[in-house]
Amino acid sequence: MTVLAMASRDAPKAAIEPPAASLRGVTRHYRFPGGAKTLHALGPIDLDLRQGEFFSVVGPSGCGKSTLLDVLAGLNPPSEGTASFEGKPIAGVPDGIGVVFQEDASFPWLTVEANVAFGLKRAGIGQAEIDRRVDYAVGFMGLRDFRQSYPAQLSGGMRQRVCIARTLVLQPRLILLDEPFGALDQQTRLIMGDELLRLWRETRATVLLITHSLDEAAMLADRVGVMSARPGLFIDIIETGWPSDRDSRIVADPRFGEMTGRIWEKLRTETMKHMQTQGAGPR
Amino acid sequence: MRYRALVTLAVVLACVLALELACALGWVARTVIIPPSEMVGSLRDILWSGEFNRAIALTLTNVMISVVISISAGFVLGVAIHASDFLRRAVEPYLASYYAVPTFIFYPVFIVLFGVNSAAIIAIAVLLSIVAMITATMNGLDRIPTVLLRTARIMRLSPVKTALLIQLPAAAPYFFTGARLSVAYSFIGVIASEFILSGDGLGYAIAYAYNNFENRQMYGLMLLIVIAVTLVNMTLDRLDRRLQSRLRR
Ligand SMILES: Nc1ncnc2c1ncn2[C@@H]1O[C@H](COP(=O)(O)OP(=O)(O)OP(=O)(O)O)[C@@H](O)[C@H]1O
Ligand SMILES: [Mg+2]
Repeated sequence: MTVLAMASRDAPKAAIEPPAASLRGVTRHYRFPGGAKTLHALGPIDLDLRQGEFFSVVGPSGCGKSTLLDVLAGLNPPSEGTASFEGKPIAGVPDGIGVVFQEDASFPWLTVEANVAFGLKRAGIGQAEIDRRVDYAVGFMGLRDFRQSYPAQLSGGMRQRVCIARTLVLQPRLILLDEPFGALDQQTRLIMGDELLRLWRETRATVLLITHSLDEAAMLADRVGVMSARPGLFIDIIETGWPSDRDSRIVADPRFGEMTGRIWEKLRTETMKHMQTQGAGPR
Repeated sequence: MRYRALVTLAVVLACVLALELACALGWVARTVIIPPSEMVGSLRDILWSGEFNRAIALTLTNVMISVVISISAGFVLGVAIHASDFLRRAVEPYLASYYAVPTFIFYPVFIVLFGVNSAAIIAIAVLLSIVAMITATMNGLDRIPTVLLRTARIMRLSPVKTALLIQLPAAAPYFFTGARLSVAYSFIGVIASEFILSGDGLGYAIAYAYNNFENRQMYGLMLLIVIAVTLVNMTLDRLDRRLQSRLRR
């Protein structure tokens, strides 16, 4: 039913609308401290994030996913190539981008509530509006009973949720999420995924989600980018064709199994390559 | 928590009682140590007579000045050294071995520079206490998780806002530890300097009592200092623990 409706609705849109963000020939080299040697971590990458799409990225550990996110966020410039957001070259962190990092970035000296309100206060938004948005985000992330708690009193997964809420209340147009549910169990991951989908539908923001979970990547995304071992390249970008009103029940759909199968097929070879360069795994 | 405090109190009480008993039974000569009950009596006399009020005020003022100078200058220097790779490479080895140098040997230098007065005493106390604050400041700034600084960049905070809203609170527990050490070292620096060379202050009063075989007065003054330092330390400890508990993850 809606699969086709979706495709017909989104296909022309993607053609007319300029991309939310785009990368052209982007690479990233890290310099080893002191030495002249560099480490080729990423690219060259060409990628267009369509306006309002949900894009997920999977790839072996250390393949440059976080590096890619840094470039998109304007935290690190590409070594070569160009990156742009909403048509403008990315130089420094652009306005309208929200990031949830792989590491816990909650502020330990602030309560959950104050953490979530932090960015809003800086943006000079009125107190009534701050209260409204914080209220919503705190409830949304299941932190209502912990509003007055400090991060030290929360579990790792809850702290990550604080960071997600702190980013979402700012209503970014491009949301970059680096393994945000890493500290959650599989069931909670699926539920959080549902919430994320609901939010994405409401805001029509463009989302880039980095994840280690193939299920999560396949269930949430419009497109799944599969990356090679370092230096990370997109070896395939798979259109899932899910309807935009999808949710976690899709995991029971036979097409879902097919999809994760396809992603895994691509990834398996890469992961084995990676393990071999690390001196582990099958030879 | 309460239990621990009770145990501490019990240990102190037991020691005091043992000493009292030892004195009463004549195991310890009065010329060596006087019974705790007499120390308390002497302390009461000291406080009520007002004879030492001037000395107390002078010592506390010197300690306070030393604390203010070492904390503020130590913080500024710590930030500056942290900011400059060059400075850091140059200074770090000296900071690491700083407390191996007996600072008091520089006393004559300060006397020549400032004369025999509070300035020389404060200089010694600052010399002793400032490095604790410098090291703590650098340590605190080092330990700010980079992901917090990256978050500040994503929120597009200016460098000043980042310093005030992220770096300062994130490193505050370390700064506080440095401040605490500075207070302790300032007390040591001031009182010890007064003891050795000055003509005033609590340290001098103790030295004077000692030289004149005024055991009762000497122990009363010692008790005064021990109580004052313990009270200050307990207050700071409580604040410190509150800060640290937030940091623990
Ligand atoms: N600041 C840095 N300096 C030097 N090398 C770095 C730096 N950051 C990352 N690298 C290297 O770049 C490569 C890619 O790192 P990146 O963090 O992007 O991987 P990732 O795909 O996010 O891995 P994971 O899935 O484990 O999070 C790695 O080999 C890493 O060692
Ligand atoms: Mg990563």
